[in-house]
Amino acid sequence: MKKDRGKILKPLYNVLNEAGEITKFALRFFKLIFNRPFEYNEFARQCYYIGNKSLPLVAVTALIMGLVITIQSRPTLVEFGAEAWLPKMVSVSLVREIVPVITALICAGKIGSGIGAELGSMKVTEQIDAMEVSGTNPFKYLVVTRVLATTLMIPVLTVLADGISLYGAYLGTNLRGVVSWNLFWSQVFDVLVYADIIPSLLKTFFFGFAIGIVGCYKGYNSQKGTEGVGLSANSSVVISSLLVFIIDLIAVQITDLLGLT
Amino acid sequence: MTAVKNSVITIKNLYKSFGTNNVLKNFNFDLNEGESVAVLGKSGSGKSVLIKCIIGLIKFEKGEIFVLNKDISTLNIEELDKIRAQVGFLFQSNALYDSMTVKENLLFPLRRHKRHLSETEINLLVSEALDNVKLPETANMMPSELSGGMKKRIALARTLILKPKIILYDEPTTGLDPITSREISNLMVEIQDKYKTSSVLISHDINCVKIVADRIVMLIEGTNYAEGTYLSLKESKDQRVLSFFN
Repeated sequence: MKKDRGKILKPLYNVLNEAGEITKFALRFFKLIFNRPFEYNEFARQCYYIGNKSLPLVAVTALIMGLVITIQSRPTLVEFGAEAWLPKMVSVSLVREIVPVITALICAGKIGSGIGAELGSMKVTEQIDAMEVSGTNPFKYLVVTRVLATTLMIPVLTVLADGISLYGAYLGTNLRGVVSWNLFWSQVFDVLVYADIIPSLLKTFFFGFAIGIVGCYKGYNSQKGTEGVGLSANSSVVISSLLVFIIDLIAVQITDLLGLT
Repeated sequence: MTAVKNSVITIKNLYKSFGTNNVLKNFNFDLNEGESVAVLGKSGSGKSVLIKCIIGLIKFEKGEIFVLNKDISTLNIEELDKIRAQVGFLFQSNALYDSMTVKENLLFPLRRHKRHLSETEINLLVSEALDNVKLPETANMMPSELSGGMKKRIALARTLILKPKIILYDEPTTGLDPITSREISNLMVEIQDKYKTSSVLISHDINCVKIVADRIVMLIEGTNYAEGTYLSLKESKDQRVLSFFN
């Protein structure tokens, strides 16, 4: 009986232990963020890689999301005779929920795994040790810059994805009907208010932070050689994707409590 | 508290364990100025742990390590960085930064420790370091484009670029063919003569040790089991010592 309880409690203990370690790692990030010298060049390089290199994938996905959501929503609205509401309904769904979450999930897959694998490989090939002996704080150089870059760039990518997905919605609306460019956008901006845009944008900063910190934590603490690098990349994606949903759930509760829904 | 004069590294009664595995037990060691000492031991005997304790990458439980007369266990990170600027470390895996070119790899320690240098002076130092390892044409290449021997040379150039007083070599010939191993060993001797550095060589490659080291310390069961020159140890009657030479 005691053995069975141990079997059940061990995974729970491991999850809590991991959560504690990630929190400690995040606290170390906040402790070092204002310490000089700030690694501007590495930060700029990471912003370029995270932002620019992820843009094509995010853009294509956003366009398809806009198209698909519009095409899928049309029959239901037609059934209720509310086809004219299509741009309004789709734009609210995209901007408030679908685009921020899908963009964050794509970034968790692309950026989170990339950071986990890169730092994991640096760890097992002693590059992090080499950095330390050459007088550079590797945590500051590698972790602080990457976490700041993901925190900053994922909101930027989300804003761009919002625009592209709305364009996709415009195309989708015109596949089975005719809505002029001006009418579409006037309907979109008629329905979208700051209470839709600001909370959905704010939560993407937290998505970015979670993706960066988990990827860095997993990579920085990678073990077991090359096998560990694969595990770091994989678990970075799994944990950060899960965190995206948890943060989204919390954000929805907060906006609901504040009466912004 | 200061260490013995002329000694650039002094280790006294060093203990280090990982769980129940006692890797270093009462290990004592001295490296004098201009001297090259090899620490010889089997794989897993704690050689790399020892060298990482010296540079402050691994914390030890008991004992003292003095590097350039500073007790490294008492130094804060800024003081430790000042010591590290005077100690070069050649990693077993070379540890070249994959995302940077050869030149950027060499510039990395320079930009941190020699902030006062002009671009011209920095470029001169990079050229000198690459000339020292006989690879002047590789500056714009990525580490992935280099062979194993070339990577080792570039790693050595990066170690040399700050003109360290001490160089720590962690298994410098591991994974290299005998000819390249000999080239790297000879290069280490050339560098030693040119810059008058002191060095600690961690290895189980007896040929490299024979070429490079003035003195050998045998690390067996976590302690300095035997000590002497290559010739004196080769003539030892102790089978454990002799096993390294056969």
